[in-house]
Amino acid sequence: MPSTDNNLVRIRDLHFSRGHSKIFNGIDIDIPKGKITAIMGPSGTGKTTLLKLIGGQLKPQQGTILFHGENIPAMKTKKLYEVRKKMGMLFQSGALLTDMSVFDNIAFPLREHTELPEVMIRDLVLMKLQAVGLRGARDLNPSQLSGGMARRVAFARAIALDPEMIMFDEPFTGQDPISMGVLVQLIRSMNEALELTSVMVSHDIEETMAIADKVYIISQGKIMGYGSPEEMNQSDSPWISQFVHGEADGPVHFHYQARSYSDDIFAGENRD
Amino acid sequence: MPNSRILEISVGIFVAVGIAALLVLAVNVSNVSGFSAGSQYTITANFDDVSGLKPRSAVSIAGVTVGRVTSIVVDPETYEAVVAMTIDARFNDVPVDSSVGIYTAGLLGEKYVGIEPGGAPDVLEEGSVIRLTQSSIVLEKLISQFLFSQSDKKEE
Amino acid sequence: MFDWFAQLGRSAIDFFARLGSEVLLFLQAIAAFKALVFRPALIIQQLFSIGVRSMLIIIVSGFFVGMVLGLQGYNTLIDFGAEESLGVMVALSLVRELGPVVTALLYAGRAGSALTAEIGLMKATEQLSGLEMMAVNPVERILAPRLLAGIISMPLLAAMFSAVGVFGGYLVGVDMLGVDTGAYWSQMQARVDFEQDIIQGVIKSVVFGVVTTWIAVYEGYTCLPTSEGVSRSTTRTVVYSALAVLGLDFLLTALML
Ligand SMILES: Nc1ncnc2c1ncn2[C@@H]1O[C@H](COP(=O)(O)OP(=O)(O)OP(=O)(O)O)[C@@H](O)[C@H]1O
Ligand SMILES: [Mg+2]
Repeated sequence: MPSTDNNLVRIRDLHFSRGHSKIFNGIDIDIPKGKITAIMGPSGTGKTTLLKLIGGQLKPQQGTILFHGENIPAMKTKKLYEVRKKMGMLFQSGALLTDMSVFDNIAFPLREHTELPEVMIRDLVLMKLQAVGLRGARDLNPSQLSGGMARRVAFARAIALDPEMIMFDEPFTGQDPISMGVLVQLIRSMNEALELTSVMVSHDIEETMAIADKVYIISQGKIMGYGSPEEMNQSDSPWISQFVHGEADGPVHFHYQARSYSDDIFAGENRD
Repeated sequence: MPNSRILEISVGIFVAVGIAALLVLAVNVSNVSGFSAGSQYTITANFDDVSGLKPRSAVSIAGVTVGRVTSIVVDPETYEAVVAMTIDARFNDVPVDSSVGIYTAGLLGEKYVGIEPGGAPDVLEEGSVIRLTQSSIVLEKLISQFLFSQSDKKEE
Repeated sequence: MFDWFAQLGRSAIDFFARLGSEVLLFLQAIAAFKALVFRPALIIQQLFSIGVRSMLIIIVSGFFVGMVLGLQGYNTLIDFGAEESLGVMVALSLVRELGPVVTALLYAGRAGSALTAEIGLMKATEQLSGLEMMAVNPVERILAPRLLAGIISMPLLAAMFSAVGVFGGYLVGVDMLGVDTGAYWSQMQARVDFEQDIIQGVIKSVVFGVVTTWIAVYEGYTCLPTSEGVSRSTTRTVVYSALAVLGLDFLLTALML
């Protein structure tokens, strides 16, 4: 494989649609090894979908997703599961297993994939819980956690196996400023210490811009722009600057696509 | 989820009770223990008429079940019914000159094979054939015989 | 006209595609049984929630069904003067038919629906996706142990049902209505055959165990990940299981008689 470049993931000409709605219409993305790449875009553009495509949970209609030079959509189930051991994913909803405690949730990947003795698993789990500040919550059930806490537990679980790459789906939502700061710090330090490759979906522009090495902005099935955070900030594209600066007015539409508001309203009136 | 100790114990109880129930069905309901394979021998007997007898019907001596009918076929030459039955090996000293008959349990009940022990010193063994047989009593035949004999008497 | 044929063709293709993927999934789950041998804890946990938790309802129902059989059987048989055969009647009805069938129906309502709801909710809350991304195959980790536990539990539950039922019939027939104890047991033992009746009953309940548990886990695994989807799948589990059990019962009886 000619993976002489330093991109861990290399997406080319990706097309994906759900039913009749086209979600990706030929996008190219490179995720550099050991860096933090942020994916940004309006709600509902398919950021979560993109992460699931990289994880092999969805199959694109067209295009390649190379991970270490190997095409994920073409993999057999067994191979795919091997590759997934090198990825961690933090789901938007947390996706904790509800029939076991916080401790067991984090121990779960370790118990499934390693033969480590229980004492060592305990140490590892407590370490991860300490990192996200929830060591005291180890005996709680997922149902007893707040949304933000659940996400931090899921975070700890995603890093339990020390994967090569972690995909974070909105890790900061629902976090108070302190734990947000801790998480940002954590991602940054893991990245530096372990050369971890991170893919991060987030709406928190400030935090994202602060820690990301590279930013992609996607909308309407296309890449609207990419580059370092500085480049994004200084971009003269009205589109990017609207998004990066969070202005309500501009080329980006806040509404899910629909016919014009006045048409809809009049359609209701005309009915009587 | 209860803790793992309680979990294991209750699953253990569940499996034990289930297997015990299977054993009850095997031993108390179907009485499988009496006829385990290997400890039995097969004998045959020819009858003129076996009406009502079926494979699996009981074979008994003095009302005690000692075996079971395994197959009933017609002898292609004599047109007699050949009944094969397995007898539990515990009953291994039945005289060879015993006679067998087909009887009915109760007025309308099940047909079964009854063995009347004889007095010879030799005993029945694997493959023995019983010569003395009494066929199934068929109610219709009995009644018609009775009626005919009545009318015969009148004609005399 | 051609539209109509095209429509028909499409639904046929759809149907076989779905059937094919279901069979594939089933084989995958069966193939995972081998690995489960080394993880008895997973099976024990499922035996608990599937088997132990169904035990009480099965035993109580078996007892009542046996008592009803005793009562009805006695009233019918006494007209022929054949009340001595009550034991045979009760035992054969239970061992051959009612044991496996009623157990499977109760099981579908008690354990099957719970399985569907559990797996469906795991899907709706992305737990199944989460497992996949942790490189844990949900078919092997979630479906397979439940399926195996269901297959083990069903014949045990059916045996409990029949055994308790025979006892219930005894209580009514012998203790209350005065059938002779000896006749009850000896006629039963003379007529009930181990291979023909008991083993066939066990075979039936194993088949029902496979089918009802599979329907339950499959419905959960493929449900729409919404609360409405889960509730619909749960209903479907009970309906499909009941139809499958009754239909298969006829088929198996015809094949084995
Ligand atoms: N299971 C599904 N079936 C059909 N359509 C779906 C499904 N999941 C998502 N979609 C559609 O795909 C599009 C992209 O969804 P996705 O969840 O990837 O958005 P997102 O960018 O992650 O949004 P957000 O920032 O709000 O999380 C949405 O328009 C949604 O309507
Ligand atoms: Mg999303």
